[in-house]
Amino acid sequence: MVEYSVTMTSSDQTRPEFCIIFELIHEGASVLDLGCGDGDLLALLQEKKHLVRAQGIEIDEKAIYRCVAKGISVVHGDIDSGLPEYGTGSFNYVILNQTFQQVKKPDTVIQEALRVGEKVIVSFPNFAHYSARYQLAIKGRAPITRSLPYEWYNTPNVHFLSIADFVTYCRKKEIGIEQAFYLGNRGRIRLLPNLRALLGIFLISSDISSKR
Amino acid sequence: MPVGGLIKTFSGELMSVKTVTENRGIGIVETRYYTFAQPPSELVLENGEKLGPVTLAYETYGELNADKSNAILVLHALTGDAHVAGYHKGDKNPGWWDNMVGPGKAFDTGKYFVICSNIIGGCKGSTGPSSINPATGKPYGLDFPLITIGDMVKAQLQLIEHLGIRKLLSVAGGSMGGMQVLEWMFAYPERIKSAIPISTAMRHSPQQIAFNEVGRQAIMADPNWQNGNYYGSRVPARGLAVARMVGHITYMSDKSMEAKFGRRIKGERQDFKFTPDFEVEGYLHYRGKSFVDRFDANSYLYITKAMDNYDASRDRNPGEILRGRDLKVLVIAFKSDWLYPPYQTQEIARLCKQAGLDVTYCEIESSYGHDAFLVEVEEQTHLVKYFLERVQHGRVLSNHDIL
Repeated sequence: MVEYSVTMTSSDQTRPEFCIIFELIHEGASVLDLGCGDGDLLALLQEKKHLVRAQGIEIDEKAIYRCVAKGISVVHGDIDSGLPEYGTGSFNYVILNQTFQQVKKPDTVIQEALRVGEKVIVSFPNFAHYSARYQLAIKGRAPITRSLPYEWYNTPNVHFLSIADFVTYCRKKEIGIEQAFYLGNRGRIRLLPNLRALLGIFLISSDISSKR
Repeated sequence: MPVGGLIKTFSGELMSVKTVTENRGIGIVETRYYTFAQPPSELVLENGEKLGPVTLAYETYGELNADKSNAILVLHALTGDAHVAGYHKGDKNPGWWDNMVGPGKAFDTGKYFVICSNIIGGCKGSTGPSSINPATGKPYGLDFPLITIGDMVKAQLQLIEHLGIRKLLSVAGGSMGGMQVLEWMFAYPERIKSAIPISTAMRHSPQQIAFNEVGRQAIMADPNWQNGNYYGSRVPARGLAVARMVGHITYMSDKSMEAKFGRRIKGERQDFKFTPDFEVEGYLHYRGKSFVDRFDANSYLYITKAMDNYDASRDRNPGEILRGRDLKVLVIAFKSDWLYPPYQTQEIARLCKQAGLDVTYCEIESSYGHDAFLVEVEEQTHLVKYFLERVQHGRVLSNHDIL
């Protein structure tokens, strides 16, 4: 589990990005969490935001059991194949919290998420964080950071991207970025996010007019 | 606290498994009978034929609460019966899902009122081909109408109404029991709050039909079968035993057979060239033979045909039926089940997803093949227990500490 030295979380929020995602979701919304893990985020949202519908997709069987014990409805399967089965606009929000860099076809998943959800919340580890740059450029090693904590041989990540990459991607695909948040070592970052952020969190939609 | 226990597999075999609760059982239970559809108001079957009177053998466990909102109908598989849990007086073995139904178990009889009835067409106390045809005073035999999964469920609805229950908290079952769960979902969705289909299919694949047909042909090829008129004389024991042997192969997996038998030889060689030398052969013979004592060959024909004919989406659009309903669904499959492969069970989960239902799907890792739904008690207990709590109370109330 990724740990951050930030203090912006309240007692029941175990991960700092939770509270940013939490603020983005309106009361009584319907939410699909792709790669929901143990269901902590959905459980939090379900309890505090009184979601009308909360659904997770998760590949790990053990995680399914932990979701169920929290009262979360979850479908056992991978994101790539599980997403197309939902109808257009089925959810207010589709969440990809540090999971879309792990799917086979991130482009397809993002496009599908934008179809299934009115809005999509994407978060991912920033590969261009200064520490990663230093490890790669100076030390010549595959980078390990707080948001990329894995060794090259055991990482679940199959795509590595920077915040700048994602912004460029959205521009190219005409995806509207409604809001963007960056988390660094000590919480929110506003200046030079591509260099200083460990994690980028984007609220996106297929509505290009909202593009900043 | 996990303790050891015995469980009966799909095929009626006893095997030792870890159980999740202490083995506090239900104790002694009795089968009861409900007879309805007396002529002239017979039960109208799916094919338009009439059947009556109809008797359903059933058992109940636990207490029905005051507002009758805690009833769960458990639905049995091909050769199952109404006896899900507890012991019949004098019996050594408990009911077929005893490790899942009882105080503190997955279907907690301390909280829920659990009902199970033998299907029509069966031979365990409900009206079937071995019952007396009131028109002739003799067993129906092949005069028994071709019943369907829909007919079985229609009869169950009569029983539920007889018990004064308007809406079931849940319907649950594996294999053919799962088909009945689907039928409840699509034919009487307003009568259920939730559904738990396990290791089942919306319709049989050609492979499933093929295995069933081999079983039926084995029975009908037995000279004792006599076009179904064997009651009172010699039963088609060889045919039924072969049908059961084929069935057994499909309930296990390559892996579970390897683990259970390997290529071990049983006893010493005998003179006859084709004696069942391998343990697996002896096992199948034994299973086939003991099945004959407890099952009617005609019932086997009728029930397998009902399974093969079943198509959950016949003359209706299941997705449209489910859309917008407040129905929670827990779908369970097992990785090594090749008789009802997970892709078939996934179709049910997909349908629920598309219809916007609250659905949980879990594919449990197991090497037991189709038998898994009777063997993998811990995982299912975890899933079912939390699920039912959420169905009843809208949320999870406590930590059950199962897995």
